[in-house]
Amino acid sequence: MKRRDFLKAAGGGALVAATTSGTAQARPNKEPPANAVGMLYDSTLCVGCQACMTECKKINGMPPEQAFGDDMWDSPADLSEKTLNIIKLYRDGDGSVKDRETDGFAFVKRHCQHCVDAGCVSVCPVTAMRKDAKTGIVTHHEDVCIGCRYCVYACPYNVPKYEFSKADGQIRKCQFCNQAGVERIDQGLLPGCVEVCPTGASLFGTYSDLKAEAERRVALQPGENTVYPRGMLNPGSGGYAQPGLPPHEKPAPQYQPEVFGDADDSGGTQVLHIAAVPFQKLGLPDLPERSFAARSETVQHTIYGGAVLPIAALAGLVYAARRSTVGKQEGDDSTGGQQS
Amino acid sequence: MSQHQPVGGRVLTLPVLIFGTLFLVALWILAQRFAFGLGAVTNLNNGYPWGVWVVYDIVIGTAFGCGGLALALTVYVMNRGEYHPLVRPAVLASLFGYALGGASAFFDMGRYWNFYNIFIPSNMNLGSVMLEVGLCVFAYVIILAIEAAPPVLEKFGMKSALAKLNRVLFVVIALGVLLPLMHQSSLGSLLIAAGDKVHPLWQANEMLPLLALVSAIAMGFSIVIFEASLSALGLKHPLDRPLLASMAPIIVGLLAVFLAVRFGELLLAGKLGYVFSSGGLSLALLVETALFAFPLVVLLNPANRQRAKLLFVAALALLLAGAVWRMNAFLIGFQPGAGYSYFPSTQELLVTLGLVAFEVMAFIVIVKMFPIFKGHGQQAA
Repeated sequence: MKRRDFLKAAGGGALVAATTSGTAQARPNKEPPANAVGMLYDSTLCVGCQACMTECKKINGMPPEQAFGDDMWDSPADLSEKTLNIIKLYRDGDGSVKDRETDGFAFVKRHCQHCVDAGCVSVCPVTAMRKDAKTGIVTHHEDVCIGCRYCVYACPYNVPKYEFSKADGQIRKCQFCNQAGVERIDQGLLPGCVEVCPTGASLFGTYSDLKAEAERRVALQPGENTVYPRGMLNPGSGGYAQPGLPPHEKPAPQYQPEVFGDADDSGGTQVLHIAAVPFQKLGLPDLPERSFAARSETVQHTIYGGAVLPIAALAGLVYAARRSTVGKQEGDDSTGGQQS
Repeated sequence: MSQHQPVGGRVLTLPVLIFGTLFLVALWILAQRFAFGLGAVTNLNNGYPWGVWVVYDIVIGTAFGCGGLALALTVYVMNRGEYHPLVRPAVLASLFGYALGGASAFFDMGRYWNFYNIFIPSNMNLGSVMLEVGLCVFAYVIILAIEAAPPVLEKFGMKSALAKLNRVLFVVIALGVLLPLMHQSSLGSLLIAAGDKVHPLWQANEMLPLLALVSAIAMGFSIVIFEASLSALGLKHPLDRPLLASMAPIIVGLLAVFLAVRFGELLLAGKLGYVFSSGGLSLALLVETALFAFPLVVLLNPANRQRAKLLFVAALALLLAGAVWRMNAFLIGFQPGAGYSYFPSTQELLVTLGLVAFEVMAFIVIVKMFPIFKGHGQQAA
C-alpha cells in the first residue's frame, strides 16, 4: 500500500491544492498604475450625436456598418470588429424624458473599459493583451496573438472581437487611441472620442482625478449649478496637458449614487461611468468585488506556483512507475512490448 | 515477441471506406476554413467565440482520450498488472483522441501561424490557464506517441530501439500520468475566468479543476470498457468480462466524489435555488445529472457489473454524462448576453464527425496490422 500512499501524497496533493480557495497566496485584485489615465463618461451629458463613433472609425480605419438594413448612416447594432466604440440607447415606456428610468431614455457609451485587473490580460496565453505599466491602457498585439479567443470568451464586457470573416482575422478592441501607429496619448492628444465630444460627456484625465470628479458629481444636489470641463479634466495633471474645449456650466441632474468602475467592481475600470439611470439598465454588468482574473490566477498559482506540486507529483509517479515496471515482469512488460 | 498480436483480416472494409469518406469531407471543409476564415464555415461569433470544435473536439475529445491515463493509474501507479492487456488499445485510442484534439485546437485557432509563441518563454503568460492547457496537451501527445511506439517497433523488429525505450519507459509513464492530471483539471479551470458568463449552475469556480479531473478519469475508465466491448464485438476478439467488471468500483467511487462535489458546491454557494428555476438550463442539468446517476446506481450493485450489456450501457451513460456536463458548462450554460446565439453549422458538425470517423477508422486499421490486442488474434498476420 506504500505506492497508494505515494499516489495520495503526490497526485492527491495536486487535487487538494486545486480545491483550496483563499489560501495564503490568494492573489488580490490588481491596482492601477500611479499615473494611469482614464475616461469619465457622464451619461447625462451625452446628447447621442455619435460624433465619437465617427471619429473612432476615422482614427482606427474602420468601415461603417449597416446592421439594420440599407441605411445611409453608420448604424452598428453593438460593438464589433468594425465598431470599437458605440453609443447605445436605453428606452422605457414612451421614452419621453431624457435620463429618466421610467417612460424615459438615456445614452450609454460602450468600448473597452480598460480594466484595472483586466480579464483579457490575465487569460491570454502569449501576452498579446498587455496593460501598459505607465498609462494602464490595455493594448493588443496581433503579432503574437494565436487567435484562441479566450479574451473574447472571458471579457465580462464582451469587448474584444475577432474578425471571423477574414482568413487572417485578428482581435480588435479600443486601445484608447494609443496603439502603435496612432499613439495619440503619447503625443499629447486626446482620445478621438473625447476630442470631438461637444458636451464633455467623454472626459479624459488621470484615473485618480476622474474618480474624484465622478464622486463629486454624483454627490451634487439636483439643480445645483456646476462646471463641466470638456476634453481633459485638470490639464497638466499626471504630466498630460491635452488641449480641449472650454468648460460649460449647467444645473446638475439627479445622478445615481454610485460610480461604475469603482474598485469594488472587480478591481475597477479606468473608464468610469456615471448616469441617471441604473447601470444594469444601461447594459453594464453587475460584477463581484473580487475579479474573475484574481480568482482564476489564484487557482493556477496554487497548483503551479514555482512548479513545486507538479515536480513533487512527478517524483512520486516516477517512483511508482519504476516499481511497477522495472524488475517486476519479464513476460508482461509495460505499455509496450518487452525486451526479449 | 510479446503476446500481443495483430487482429488481422482485410483492411479496406466497407466501414473503413465510409469513415474515410467522412474524413475527406471534413478535410474539404477545413480547406475552406483556411482559405476564407472561420466565419466561412462556422457559426462562431463574438458572443460565442468557442463552438463545438473547442468544446467537443478538445474539451470532450481529450476527456474521451483518458483511457490511457486511467490504465496508467491502475497498472503502474496502483500496480494492478492484471489490467495490462487493456493498455495498448487504450493508449492507441488516447493518442488518437488527443492528436485530434490538438489538430482541432490548431484549425480552430484564429491566428494559427503564431502558434509557436506559446513556446517562447518571454511571451508566456504563466497565469493563463490556456497556456497550461496548450503546453501540457502538446507534451502529452508526444508522450502518448512514445507510449504507443512499442507495437510499431515490434512489428518492424526494431529490438534495440525497443530495449532502449523500455529502459526509460517508467519516466515516460510517470509523465503520461502527470500531464493529463494537469491539463484535464485545467480544462475545468478555463471557465473560472469567464466568471458570470458561465451560468451559476456550472460556474463552480475553485471546484472546477477537481470536477473536470475526476470526471475525466471516470470517463477514461468508461472508454476502456466501451472500447473493449465494441472491439470484442466488432473484431470478434475475446472479451475479458471479469477484468472490465473489476473497474466498476473505481468508477463508482469517482462518480460519488463528482456528484458530492458538484452538488456540495451548489449547496454551499447557495445556488440550489437555480436547480429548478432556470428554465431550459434546469432541464440541461436534469439530463446531465440523470446520466451521472444512472451508472452510479447500476454499478453500485455488484451483480450488475458482471452483466456485459449493463456494464457497457453504464459506461456509455457516463461518457455521455461527462460530455453533457462539459457541453453545458462551456456552451449551453454560457451566457454572453442579449443579442448573441450559437448553434453549430452543418460544416462544423461535419468536421467533428469526420475527425471522429478518422479516429475510428485509424484504430480499426492499426489494430488489424499491429500487435495491439493481447491474446488470441483471430487470424494471426
